[in-house]
Amino acid sequence: MEPGAAGAGGGALFLPLSDSEQQRYSELFARCCPPGAAAAPPEAAAGGSSVGELFRASQLPPDTLHQITEVCGAKRVGYFGPAQFYIALKLIAAAQSGFPVRIESIRNELPLPRFMALKNDSEIRYGNPAELHGVKFQVPHATLEKNSYKRTDEGDKQEPKSPPMSPICSPPASPSSYQRTPLSYGYGKSRNGLEQQHGAPYEVRHSTHQQDGPSSGNYGAKSAHARSTLNRSLSAEREPPDSSTHYADDPWRITEEQRDYYVNQFRSLQPDLNSFISGSVAKNFFTKSKLPIPELSHIWELSDVDCDGALTLAEFCAAFHLVVARKNGYQLPETLPETLLPDYLQAASLKPRHDCTLFDSYSESLPGSQQTRDFNRTESSLFKKTSAEEIPDNSALIQDAKKDDKQVLKTSIAIKPIPKEFQHLTVKTVAQESNALKARPRSRSYSSTSIEDAMKKGEEPPTPPPRPQKSHSRASSLDLNKIFQQNAQAARSGWLPPPPPALPPRPSVTQTEQVSEVELHPQMNRAPSQTEENSSTKKEVVLAQPPSKPVRRKFRPETQALENPELSPTINVTSSLPAVKPHLPVQKQSSKQKRAIQTAIRRNKEANAVLARLNSELQQQLKEVHKERIALETQLEQLRPVTVL
Amino acid sequence: MAVCIAVIAKENYPLYIRSVPTENELKFHYTVHTSLDVVDEKISAMGKALVDQRELYLGLLYPTEDYKVYGYVTNSKVKFVMVVDSSNTALRDNEIRSMFRKLHNSYTDIMCNPFYNPGDRIHSKAFDNMVTSMMMQVC
Repeated sequence: MEPGAAGAGGGALFLPLSDSEQQRYSELFARCCPPGAAAAPPEAAAGGSSVGELFRASQLPPDTLHQITEVCGAKRVGYFGPAQFYIALKLIAAAQSGFPVRIESIRNELPLPRFMALKNDSEIRYGNPAELHGVKFQVPHATLEKNSYKRTDEGDKQEPKSPPMSPICSPPASPSSYQRTPLSYGYGKSRNGLEQQHGAPYEVRHSTHQQDGPSSGNYGAKSAHARSTLNRSLSAEREPPDSSTHYADDPWRITEEQRDYYVNQFRSLQPDLNSFISGSVAKNFFTKSKLPIPELSHIWELSDVDCDGALTLAEFCAAFHLVVARKNGYQLPETLPETLLPDYLQAASLKPRHDCTLFDSYSESLPGSQQTRDFNRTESSLFKKTSAEEIPDNSALIQDAKKDDKQVLKTSIAIKPIPKEFQHLTVKTVAQESNALKARPRSRSYSSTSIEDAMKKGEEPPTPPPRPQKSHSRASSLDLNKIFQQNAQAARSGWLPPPPPALPPRPSVTQTEQVSEVELHPQMNRAPSQTEENSSTKKEVVLAQPPSKPVRRKFRPETQALENPELSPTINVTSSLPAVKPHLPVQKQSSKQKRAIQTAIRRNKEANAVLARLNSELQQQLKEVHKERIALETQLEQLRPVTVL
Repeated sequence: MAVCIAVIAKENYPLYIRSVPTENELKFHYTVHTSLDVVDEKISAMGKALVDQRELYLGLLYPTEDYKVYGYVTNSKVKFVMVVDSSNTALRDNEIRSMFRKLHNSYTDIMCNPFYNPGDRIHSKAFDNMVTSMMMQVC
């Protein structure tokens, strides 16, 4: 079948195929055909991608491959039929033997085309594997000065294609600002014409470790399909000796030296290790690396996990590491590798140093209690309550957080804008658990802390986090429900009434209104029942009411309504005091009530004053933010490039 | 479930436009372009006093027999236009709103990237992935 078919495809070219060639070609063709091809091989067309991969594995330069596809007629007919495929294979063999890519050259007897091993399981060996490995790979070893070995990138697993550009176009040496490091990243792109399928030789910091990279086992083609199988087998080979000492093999894992270097760089940009590098600063810094802007943009996208426009230390390390990897020829992954996630990085960085403190702080797991130390206000007592209740929640949350890491990270966006006091705490609490801790208690405490923020001269105006606020508002309403319930419980149990939960962010005001209204009603119902309970619940109600003015207004007539019937009997009582003696005990009670009411009123007024002040301050902030926004918008308009339509 | 999604800048040039059945792309481009007139009309109808209260979601801009066009404007006058197949009757308003919200969120994520200059075409992979998830799976 072959010669005839080849003849037909090649434009009346009669192509003799030897037996071994025939066998090999049909094998390859069957391999390239889509596995489920029902049609008989002659009619089926080889899948374009598998063919492409195979061709690339032949290690011919891309122009040669293009030529081959043209010559064999695939371009003309638009697919790789068996004829075209066989011709192409012949041409590949010819090219590999050094003949020009022409139909005439394949009339001769040619050796079989050689393809680099695509599958590790070697069910199909192209050419002679031993010779292949020996010949092809010793040459690059010889050419490279430094010891290196080629490895597959686990990170590249995710890459759908292998763009031919990278080792060729990325600049050779890192700019001086990067070179302070003992890192010695080898960069060997020229491997006498071998394609980038080999992956950039990745020389790890101390070449001493990896001198004799297991030679034959460790290389792999960067071809789309087989990469994963190859990676898995290779990495399986490598993992046992590895992990803590050799970190090396995973290009996406940051070693200690690298980490130190990154941290130093971070310090040079931003002295406080716990805060952020802003977007513009980071942009200037990374632009120095001379990577093209779209790639830097992609790196940023990968590394800024919480999408807040700023980089924490962990994010910065991840970004820096990606830049370094890219400069050494590695392709950027589609998604952030696990070892570069901020959680992982934070855990890795803090584990050795903060082992004890981590677990201590975690076992206490009272971010609330730590905060009381910081804030030194009565409001923080609220935290103690809420966090104490949340400890059982957190353990459940931790499991959840472990499942969906990114979501937690996203919710922790709410945390970031919260002032730096929190960050002192959060440095100690590390890894996913800390995020879980942060996420939940933060979402509750966010409402309470905003008062402190405002009070502190607006040093860090609570910038409402863009997205999570939407989910956040729901969460906060639930939280405030709990808070109010706790308030009620506390008051009922005779505990000192907790200070008013601070003004929650705007969207949740409506919910708090409803919440506090709901709370007030049952409280109001309970109020008239007993005197003492009356006074205590009123206090609690008074204190619970400040969060929302409309509720307060509602409360007023109720208090008045309450007061009136009580005052009137007291008034009546006092007026008729001299006359009615048996009323004395009643009198005493009513005067007690009166006093209670008066104190309640006084407290009310104080709370009013506080809230009025707070309100004015927040209004001020709102105006400022509006102004800023307008200024930014005008700036944006000015900077917008002139449109061409 | 959308057939075509476009992000239009304030000056009415496209920042990102992508449609699923790639053969009729030009038709979708044209549709989106004409729908911009409707968007402008809706925005101007609000008047300056109501600019704060103006809702971001504009709703159905205009229906044709094959498809419907929905619009959404952000506060910085960046418009999102979505073309949906009319045969997909199960698509409710809420779903459209949620799709626009996702678009808006992704767009803000792109904005946060300091390497993105406002006014550039959008090349972000994350954005692409999100849009792909929203596009109709046309066989």
